[in-house]
Amino acid sequence: MLKATWKRLPLSTNFAIAQAVKDSDVDVVSAYPITPQTTVVERISEFIANGELKAEMIHVESEHSAMSAAIGASALGARAFTATASQGLELMHELLHIASGLRLPIVMSVAARALSAPISIWGDYTDVMNVRDTSWITLIASTAQEAYDSVIQAYRIAEDPRVFLPVIVAYDGYAMSHTYEPVYVSEKSDAFKDYIPKNPQWYTLNPEKPLTMGSMASPEWYYEFKYQQVVAMKNAFGVVKEADEEYGKRYERKYGIIEEEGVDGSDVTFVTYGGIYGTLKESIEELRKKGEQIGLARIRLFRPFPSEIVADLAEKTKALVVLDRAITFGVNISGPVAREIISSLYARGIERNVYSFIIGVGQRTVTEKDIAAIYGKVKEMLGSHERQKESIYWGVRE
Amino acid sequence: MMTKPYFRTVYDVPREEYLAPGHGLCAGCTAGTIVKLLLKVTGPNTIVVNATGCVEVSTTPFPYTSWKVPWIHVAFENAAAVASGIESAIKVLKAKGIIDPTKRINIIALAGDGGTYDIGFQALSGMLERGHKVMYVLYDNEAYMNTGIQRSGGTPVYAWTTTTPVGKILKGKVQQKKPIAEIVAAHRIPYVATANPGYFADMMNKFKKGLEVEGPSFVHVIQPCTTGWKFDPRYGIVLARLATETGLWINWEQEEGQFRVTVTVPRRKHVKHYFELQGRFSHLTEEEIEAIQKEVDLEVDRINKLVGRTVIGPLVE
Repeated sequence: MLKATWKRLPLSTNFAIAQAVKDSDVDVVSAYPITPQTTVVERISEFIANGELKAEMIHVESEHSAMSAAIGASALGARAFTATASQGLELMHELLHIASGLRLPIVMSVAARALSAPISIWGDYTDVMNVRDTSWITLIASTAQEAYDSVIQAYRIAEDPRVFLPVIVAYDGYAMSHTYEPVYVSEKSDAFKDYIPKNPQWYTLNPEKPLTMGSMASPEWYYEFKYQQVVAMKNAFGVVKEADEEYGKRYERKYGIIEEEGVDGSDVTFVTYGGIYGTLKESIEELRKKGEQIGLARIRLFRPFPSEIVADLAEKTKALVVLDRAITFGVNISGPVAREIISSLYARGIERNVYSFIIGVGQRTVTEKDIAAIYGKVKEMLGSHERQKESIYWGVRE
Repeated sequence: MMTKPYFRTVYDVPREEYLAPGHGLCAGCTAGTIVKLLLKVTGPNTIVVNATGCVEVSTTPFPYTSWKVPWIHVAFENAAAVASGIESAIKVLKAKGIIDPTKRINIIALAGDGGTYDIGFQALSGMLERGHKVMYVLYDNEAYMNTGIQRSGGTPVYAWTTTTPVGKILKGKVQQKKPIAEIVAAHRIPYVATANPGYFADMMNKFKKGLEVEGPSFVHVIQPCTTGWKFDPRYGIVLARLATETGLWINWEQEEGQFRVTVTVPRRKHVKHYFELQGRFSHLTEEEIEAIQKEVDLEVDRINKLVGRTVIGPLVE
């Protein structure tokens, strides 16, 4: 088994992603500049220009074409990658459904960013949440290291014949995309070639074996195509786990589906995703010093949603607080992950108070003071046995 | 540059068929003719990227397909971008020795007028600018026929469509047809041509040339549509030929910047012969037809001056 030897580099998450693309020996990269993703493809362009990565870079004229070209490249049997954020992800939206419908193992990184209008280049997760129904496996990283490891894992997941679905690796725009952390990256770029071997098994365009891809399906057939995606998503759950465990065995780093800490026997467990987990951890440690029994959890796999694990988690604690950095408009509980958690508990018949808080929208700063105050508010509601009727828009000026 | 034509007569047309019969195109549709002849030129080492449109829906109702070459449909506006991805993938996989570097694989992007003039224009322009070695074939039936005859940037002036109806005030399309092949030529790609299935050997030679150049090529083919143009299905090729015989459709090519007219018309017919066979122009008055005739005369003059001799002759009937 090829063990990697590591070098420790100061990298932003964007640069860590680029490094992972190089170490995954990606064949085709098609991308369009968009803040805060751009430095990913800048760095990849440097790797190609210096001969460190043998790949074709397609400098497309839009994100729509970026995803279209990635689809074409993947359909030919190449390992394809693209990166985007926000408006770019929205412009691709139509093609996200097509990439997954054609069962192409494309990997895309998303530096999660707020959506216009008003235009904001700052981070939140509205873009990622908006594409949750496109049948893309979605991992949300909380450190640059995890982003690096997740991109490599993503190719193993996507190219698994039980799955054949594209994967998004998301992370915070700015708070992660542009901040530097020490990251262990492989010294040799072939360290992962046994973990993610180049052996395309998905259907490809080959003149030796002509195939029609993307044909028209009548009501007699369409439903079955979509159901196959349902099955693939179910399979993906196990494959994500396996890929992470195998990665752990080979490279001594793994993340699990949900990261949790101190949940068992806690009065309240905070649940969130992305880079804010770091702030949350520090805040909770402070509160624990004062004797509070607080658990912590981070959703790493958003699609397929780990409902069973969430339900198990809920059984170990008395109440859940979900911090969402996105809004789904026009519903009472408007945190997208909070809604998933509530339905996960319902399916298992678990009665727990779930408190949904909207935070960090358009990168509104969230500090340790905010977390402490949110906790205070939750305790108050718990004390009065109050069930939450509506998400709380934390810190907003009404 | 090719010195002699590959295809002169019907006997030069390969017997092999790569578009299987049984597809659902309308009786009398000339798109099937164009695609069938296109594939006879490309042969089996070919990948086709088809934009959404009549050809796409009619040839691939799952679980059937008419395509004997690898074929992909992704969306309406992105055939050129998908083809770019395929071409880049082949290039890198050849460089890595995964695909035999000596193997020539033709990449064809196939789209209608909606998918080219309008919604697909950005992706097309991007592909041309980046210089991908893809042959883009536009089959132009001058409206959104697949959705039921709505006007496009390729619809000619005065033509009736369901969104440019003949009313009391407005009579058909108000605007002119966009000169798409000239706009493509302005990208200074190695090969651009206009073609007509009524002159099949000329059309097939253009497909052949388009495949041979290093870089992008574009072949714009007029495609009479029995349903949208409202003519008797038996007249598809008659109409295609009339388009050229009247000077409304000039078959030209631009190879490495050299412009030439490939089908000369010594004796030109009046445009009324073309219009009178089609329901979409049945509302035209004699004055309007004469006005169009004058415009065609001017265009013919312009082309003759551009070539430097009379390639499209005077109006005789």
